[in-house]
Amino acid sequence: MALASTLPKIVARDVDCFYGDKQALFCVNLDISEKQVTALIGPSGCGKSTFLRCLNRMNDVIDGCRVTGKLELDAEDIYGPDVDVVKLRARVGMVFQKPNPFPKSIYENVAYGPRIHGLVSNRGELDELVEWSLEKAGLLGEVKDRLQEPGTGLSGGQQQRLCIARAIAVSPEVILMDEPCSALDPIATAKIEELTDELRENFTNVIVTHNMQQAARVSQRTAFFHLGILVEEGETGKIFTNPGNERTQDYITGRFG
Amino acid sequence: MSEATLGQSRRTDVHTSDAAQRRLRRRYAAERRFQLYGLFAIGIALFALGWLLTSIVGRGYTAFTQSRVVLEVEFARDVLDPDATGDRQVLSGANYAALVKSSLREQFPDVSGRRERRALNALVSSGAAFQLREMVLADPSLVGTRRAVSVPLSDDSDMFFKGFIRRDVGESERKLNDAQVGWLDALQERGLVERVFNTTFLTSGDSREPELAGIWGAVVGTTLTLLVTLLLCFPIGVAAAVYLEEFAPTNRWTDLIEVNINNLAAVPSIVFGLLGLAVFLNFFGLPRSAPLVGGMVLALMTLPTVIIAGRAALKAVPPSIREAALGVGASPVQTVLQHVLPLALPGILTGTIIGMARALGESAPLLMIGMVAFIVDIPSGLTSPSTVLPVQVYLWADSPERAFVEKTSAAIMVLLAFLILMNLAAVLLRRKYEQKW
Repeated sequence: MALASTLPKIVARDVDCFYGDKQALFCVNLDISEKQVTALIGPSGCGKSTFLRCLNRMNDVIDGCRVTGKLELDAEDIYGPDVDVVKLRARVGMVFQKPNPFPKSIYENVAYGPRIHGLVSNRGELDELVEWSLEKAGLLGEVKDRLQEPGTGLSGGQQQRLCIARAIAVSPEVILMDEPCSALDPIATAKIEELTDELRENFTNVIVTHNMQQAARVSQRTAFFHLGILVEEGETGKIFTNPGNERTQDYITGRFG
Repeated sequence: MSEATLGQSRRTDVHTSDAAQRRLRRRYAAERRFQLYGLFAIGIALFALGWLLTSIVGRGYTAFTQSRVVLEVEFARDVLDPDATGDRQVLSGANYAALVKSSLREQFPDVSGRRERRALNALVSSGAAFQLREMVLADPSLVGTRRAVSVPLSDDSDMFFKGFIRRDVGESERKLNDAQVGWLDALQERGLVERVFNTTFLTSGDSREPELAGIWGAVVGTTLTLLVTLLLCFPIGVAAAVYLEEFAPTNRWTDLIEVNINNLAAVPSIVFGLLGLAVFLNFFGLPRSAPLVGGMVLALMTLPTVIIAGRAALKAVPPSIREAALGVGASPVQTVLQHVLPLALPGILTGTIIGMARALGESAPLLMIGMVAFIVDIPSGLTSPSTVLPVQVYLWADSPERAFVEKTSAAIMVLLAFLILMNLAAVLLRRKYEQKW
């Protein structure tokens, strides 16, 4: 048991990813530890989002996308032939770059996941779960009195927190965040960052970000991607103060990217 | 140095110089011209529409009234039921035309001679006898009584009272001779002629006699046909669009299917009629002239439109919604049915209504499967012989009688009303399903 907890939650070995003829990821090896925040950084088009989307197979919907190598979640092959993608995505939730609430009420947005997965057996439990999720996402106080209003009527930051509530309502083990703050103002960003830190208690978190300070603030480990290659990976503190690779050094000091 | 000052001076007045003002004026002029072209185009369209509607309504509105004559009819027992049997068979087979003739003779006792009498009798519609028979069959106690009955005039008399047969042209050039004109004038002077709302036109089927011909048969036929079309093309079209857009892989086969669907949308409609004739009638042996087959043929014709519009509507749903649903673990089918399709529905409905409107106005493919037949009865089901509104318009436009001119225009008015009702239903449905946030 003690051994299990030291095992990484997600293991990537020699992962290549292709969009048609174009190779987007080259031989990525990365361990993602449980109940930590791992930040993926790198310039635009470096493959960090691609890698993130490999982890819950969101790339499956893209025509011509192909992933080779070994990707394991709790030592189970993510791309195995008998893997149920629906179950995988229930275990590995996702928050997207642009807030994308369903055009339904706030309540329905959060209740949708638990309902399709059959996580609750009655209305009371569902109410409770919705409330818990909104509370966890730090949104409950703001929307308590208007749960039946459309989720799309909230502000950008609130919408993104609603999307986080929607993701955690399914009780995933891992939450993937693809630049969750890129469309938000600094105050909303601060809230999401705070939230990310709190969520570490219950969830393993992988966050893609363009914002170096954000990576430094919220993550315990950081991985730097460049041109589809994982250049360097390590403890956040070390990456930002004493990077082992010249390119990492150049990037975090703002010399390119 | 001088170059630098030149560059600088140019830069400071580049947006304020006279040349700049002229450029700006030219741009605004071009903009105004463009708007004028648009206004001009809309003007032409409105003018054409106005002309079309005025000419149709101007020609057709008279068809909604009918000239009738009130005659004192003696329901003579010796004509209807000489043996006083009270038997419906006897009553049904009696010579009601004789009753009409004798009451006309009462009005004009001095008309003598076969030819004159025939001319007199021709003033009243042959439908008058049927009307009397129905009255007697509904209430046999009428036999032996005498009462005033309003019966339809013949189409020529009707045309005379509506002013389409003019008294100031030569006798040989009009359908009514001088004597008939005199009798009609006399009837009118005696206050026996009335212009009433033409319920016959709205409630009965087609007839060889213009004054007895109605549009209801075609309306029912159109309703049944379009119902079949809608029930077939909407579910099939939406299913095909959803599969092609959301699930099908992109490869040579789906490309081929896409090209074919796009081509089918442009195939002349009569080809679909020929297809229906060959497949539905000759191969499967389905009944001729039936709304069922007509609906199937029109559904084939409408399907490409629905599929193309459906795919466009599905494509317009933001991908972020799909990602959101997939991201919380919805299966692809749940994603489509619970999130994508509801958002695409208004667009799909619009496409469907465009297809249905085209199907409503279609006559060519229906000619091929026999829906052009002369059908008097109101269709009672999906397999009973019937015709549709555009075919009825075509049939009447082709008829030589003067009275069918107004019927043709009136039928077009009914067709337009049908179209407006259909579009209204679509707008209401759209509004109901359109998500407002």
